[in-house]
Amino acid sequence: MKLSREEVVHIAALARMSMSEAEIEKAREQLANILENFAVLKEVDTTNVSPTTQSIKLQSVMRNDIPGESLPAEKILANAPDREGDLFKLRPVLE
Amino acid sequence: MTDKYTDLTIHSAHELLKAKKISSVELTKHYLDRIKKVEPQVRAIVTVTEDSALQQAKQADEAIANGKATPLTGIPVLIKDVMCTKDIKTTCSSKMLENFVPPYNATAVEKLNNAGAVMVGKANMDEFAMGSSTENSAFFTTHNPWDLSRVPGGSSGGSAAGVAASEAIYALGSDTGGSIRQPAGFCNVTGLKPTYGRVSRYGLVAFASSLDQIGPLTKDALDSALVMNVISGYDSRDSTSAPEAVPDYTKGLTKNLKGMKIGIPKEYFVEGMQAEVETAIKDAIRKLEELGAKVEWGVSLPHTRHALAVYYIIAPSEASANLARYDGSKYGFSYKDTDSMWEGMEKTKQLGFGPEVKRRIMLGTYALSSGYYDAYYLKAQKVRTLIRREFDQAFEKYDALVTPTSPTVPFKIGEKADNPLQMYLSDICTLPINIAGIPAISIPAGFAKDLPIGMQIIGKPFAEKTIFKISYAYQQVTDWHKKTAKL
Repeated sequence: MKLSREEVVHIAALARMSMSEAEIEKAREQLANILENFAVLKEVDTTNVSPTTQSIKLQSVMRNDIPGESLPAEKILANAPDREGDLFKLRPVLE
Repeated sequence: MTDKYTDLTIHSAHELLKAKKISSVELTKHYLDRIKKVEPQVRAIVTVTEDSALQQAKQADEAIANGKATPLTGIPVLIKDVMCTKDIKTTCSSKMLENFVPPYNATAVEKLNNAGAVMVGKANMDEFAMGSSTENSAFFTTHNPWDLSRVPGGSSGGSAAGVAASEAIYALGSDTGGSIRQPAGFCNVTGLKPTYGRVSRYGLVAFASSLDQIGPLTKDALDSALVMNVISGYDSRDSTSAPEAVPDYTKGLTKNLKGMKIGIPKEYFVEGMQAEVETAIKDAIRKLEELGAKVEWGVSLPHTRHALAVYYIIAPSEASANLARYDGSKYGFSYKDTDSMWEGMEKTKQLGFGPEVKRRIMLGTYALSSGYYDAYYLKAQKVRTLIRREFDQAFEKYDALVTPTSPTVPFKIGEKADNPLQMYLSDICTLPINIAGIPAISIPAGFAKDLPIGMQIIGKPFAEKTIFKISYAYQQVTDWHKKTAKL
């Protein structure tokens, strides 16, 4: 079994990730092989079973909003691929 | 090649430091020399932090002189390169973060620093902790000190190999589906994955947030307990951090397992399991019986066979969401050769991530996409409930469960590199534990022709103490954990 080319391209677009032709071809087969192995879950009866999102019994943890020291802007901007003064510089979002 | 320091544990080094038989600076210099000697063969470390290590060692010596030494003070440690270290590169063994310098420390690192630890380097790993061999590192593959042609396991392969090669006395790793325990088993060290929420994930680069957990890789169980005493506990900066009080994990360790009930789940002795592994684990279990434990064979956890599918739906789904942040705008690799914002983002991911990371982003995106969400992601989360329930039921009868850590001994470098499914199967015994969020350790339990075999001990939520108790007792009457690789 193989995924269609369109399916792989659609998923890559959702992930906002480019893929070369060779990557697309490889993904068609590899993803299909892995997905085939997930079919085993169909045999499990999960009627009236609620999903587990995480394993610890905590919900909506709140804490007091206490002001503290912020990280230094210069150290954060030092990692920026591009900057202008104290701002991150990005390409135009609206074209 | 061994020397008088190769066999040091945290507790034995602490005695030497306290008795002023050696200084932390001397100890640290020894380990930095050792790194220089063995690193060309083992390749466990991405960044050696010589200058800051010597500075930390000097501070540790002052603390020791002032009588303020705690068990970890002045002891050299390796940190997996997935934990943020202030002003020190944190790469996740990815081109994406090759030059990323965090402005803050992960909580676990901060806690070690406060305890006077000396970090000698950042350990190699599979890119973004995705893999079982370190072959997915964008920089280089780590070699198993027991056989350099074999993998050290992964994803915390650098941490495990580094401890096995005595490049540090212990290490921190992270475990999402076996990433501490499987390499610990492959390299003959003791590796604990604590209960989900026990150790803060603040500053741990996220892979699968509902499964990730930080833990120690050490020379023995007592060392593991000593590290857990320091890194465990509530952290307001991690909303999944557990409020449970932290006990002294070193208390109550004895040679006696009387009254302990241990179950052996039959599903973990899987088809395709290496005969030597099965023999070694069964021998080790009989040893636990000799120590006084009541062992019951043939316990059944039927949903074990669904764990692989559940894991490879949930982990990539969470990863695809977590890794969406690497868009080349605020930090990390950024594709520059375009005027289009979308193209820049799409190329940044294509060129910044390696094949396994991209495969998991695709898998996760698929499982979460419209039309497939119910069949894959929601279904997996429901089966996750059943897996956890099965463990809860078993723990009504048993204090702990014992299994092999991995069905095989370390495999050859390159052997599984082109077959993702085969690679996924090497974590078959460790994945269910992360799905359930419970704690488990891997401890050395024998060899198959000089290749290490690990035994996994699984405990109830927050019952790390029970796990340490069994491990410690076993290590009092065996010496597998004392065997060191010849380099």
